[in-house]
Amino acid sequence: MTNHNDPNQELQDFHKIHLDSEPNQSKATAWLNSRLPILSTLENTLKKHPYPKNLSYWWNFGSIAGIALLVQILSGLFLAMHYVPNTKLAFESVEHIMRDVNYGWLIRYIHAVGASMFFVALYAHITRGLYYGSYRAPREVLWWVGIIIFLLTMATAFMGYVLPWGQMSFWGATVITNLFSAIPVVGQSIVTWLWGGYSVDNPTLNRFFVLHFLMPFVIVGIVLLHLVALHQTGSNNPSGVPMKSKSDAIPFHPYFTIKDLVGFVAFFLVFGYFLFFYPNALGHPDNYIPANPMVTPAHIVPEWYFLPFYAILRAVPDKLGGVLMMFGAIALLFFLPYLDKSPVRSGAYRPLFKKFFYLFILNFIFLGWLGKAPAEGWYILASRLSTLYYYAYFLLVLPMLPKFEKTLPLPQSIDQHYKQNH
Amino acid sequence: MRLLSFLFLLLVFNFNFALASSGNATNPTSALHPKQQKWQFDGIFGKFDKASAQRGYQVYKEVCSACHGLKLLSYRNLATIGFSEPEIKQIASEYLITDGPNDDGEMFERAGLPSDKMAGPYPNEQAARSANGGAYPPDLSLIVKARHDGANYVYSLLTGYQQAPDGFELASGKNYHPYFEGRQISMPPPLVEDGQLEYKDGTYATKEQMAIDVVNFLQFAAEPETEHRKKMGVRTMLFLLILFVLLLIAKKAVWRNVK
Repeated sequence: MTNHNDPNQELQDFHKIHLDSEPNQSKATAWLNSRLPILSTLENTLKKHPYPKNLSYWWNFGSIAGIALLVQILSGLFLAMHYVPNTKLAFESVEHIMRDVNYGWLIRYIHAVGASMFFVALYAHITRGLYYGSYRAPREVLWWVGIIIFLLTMATAFMGYVLPWGQMSFWGATVITNLFSAIPVVGQSIVTWLWGGYSVDNPTLNRFFVLHFLMPFVIVGIVLLHLVALHQTGSNNPSGVPMKSKSDAIPFHPYFTIKDLVGFVAFFLVFGYFLFFYPNALGHPDNYIPANPMVTPAHIVPEWYFLPFYAILRAVPDKLGGVLMMFGAIALLFFLPYLDKSPVRSGAYRPLFKKFFYLFILNFIFLGWLGKAPAEGWYILASRLSTLYYYAYFLLVLPMLPKFEKTLPLPQSIDQHYKQNH
Repeated sequence: MRLLSFLFLLLVFNFNFALASSGNATNPTSALHPKQQKWQFDGIFGKFDKASAQRGYQVYKEVCSACHGLKLLSYRNLATIGFSEPEIKQIASEYLITDGPNDDGEMFERAGLPSDKMAGPYPNEQAARSANGGAYPPDLSLIVKARHDGANYVYSLLTGYQQAPDGFELASGKNYHPYFEGRQISMPPPLVEDGQLEYKDGTYATKEQMAIDVVNFLQFAAEPETEHRKKMGVRTMLFLLILFVLLLIAKKAVWRNVK
């Protein structure tokens, strides 16, 4: 049996695989390619570049997140043509879009529901990576770039939620920006600098709008880096066994073009269900009350996609401690390639890992539920225990598990794995 | 991984539908969960009950509008619930709108036009508070969207007034209301008796009828696009569903030669 654990060997094997394709030989193509290799790059990516043939539908979420990003950029562009970033006008300008702009309600609901759908795709994509060990060598950098995309997307979504200038916009912005005041010595100065004043006010709204418009384009740039890294290492696959020969691989086109289309339409079906029938189910009703600095809502709750991290923040009695634990929960992901010490990459062949992994996912869902509950009574204790398990999964379970775990036999190759399952 | 797929669905739906209600009957000041009604605008094929919404407009005009504005709506929007153009012109013209300045630099008053936003009862929040013992009657344009389970909430608010239980300390000028957070509301019961107003279409205006009608109207006010959106949704979903099946067949055909 060959060694599956040498990343250098894996990369060498991967780069030796060349799929046959008949390149377009026309004169015009050759002329252009010799000056700008755009068509040849496309040709390489779609026809020559090898993809594991055993990828499951879990591998659809990357391209789905990509299309979700495009939907946000396009719908956002049209919203920005009508939106006014001013505390006196913002709320009514959104209602103007909803009521007076042709199909404005459609564009705005696409953007609002689309943000949630983007996070559905991101969470699914990350979950797949966690289960199949996609973060492990030689894909560390690919994984890191992905986490940066996740972080930037969270920042962008947060600023976007402030723009309608409803009650949750204002109070969410106040709570989250105030987190920086926990930084010793310079905290308060940083918060004042972020606000552009002494409270969340017009300068804050105006700069959040500018940054919310800018960031998606930065994200697109980093997504391109994510793709470059992906092409350098090749895709992971459900067996976790590296690609070794042509028999393991298929080209992107037509196999994954058609499969991605299936994924897109399935995604749009879920998207459409919320968009057309329950457009406000994923938001908070308080955000249809105009922002009022004099009235604090009974419960300040962030959007659903932040709730697990919000629960971690509130689980810690100390403000700075809470902030550190919350950001630490994401920072941990960066160390993941070095924390998982198992000789086997894919969770599918790790019976003990599976149990802890499912518990981790359940625990994360439970944290989200706790994030929505008031911070009182038994919820606090539960949040602390859940936070503890979240950390223990990364810092104890993943490093220690290989000492106790008897893994299942791996397939000889991707080819064999595919044939076993089809 | 099948288990994981299930968990993932759980993750997505958990945050949105669990813990949606904070209703708690044992806490003497927290609000009860709203009474549940069936509404014609609910569900994926939902439509406005236009006759009811038109009656609801009459209730708004004759009762609610004494204190509550509806500033995000224009008179022309009433066409969505079936008012004809002459009716809308007539309704708008009954209001005086401050316009200007004219060429002499003076503000002037004129009859309302269908394109005007609906005129509210107070010039500003301070005037509203001053007239209502410090309380601020909120604008109703978005009230159905701005409350959890909004339609049922408004219905419960209009029909749910009760005598304060023994030992409940009611602040002066407040009314006991089990469906209102804190259970004390400044608004006195607006729908006081059956036959409080005479509906133009001859329907007898019971308190229950008026409450239902005004909810139908306020649902329209909050989401005037409801019918258009749902109709577009049914068509789009059907299209996507067929496309999905076709693509799935195509995918299977393309993948057949992967051995």
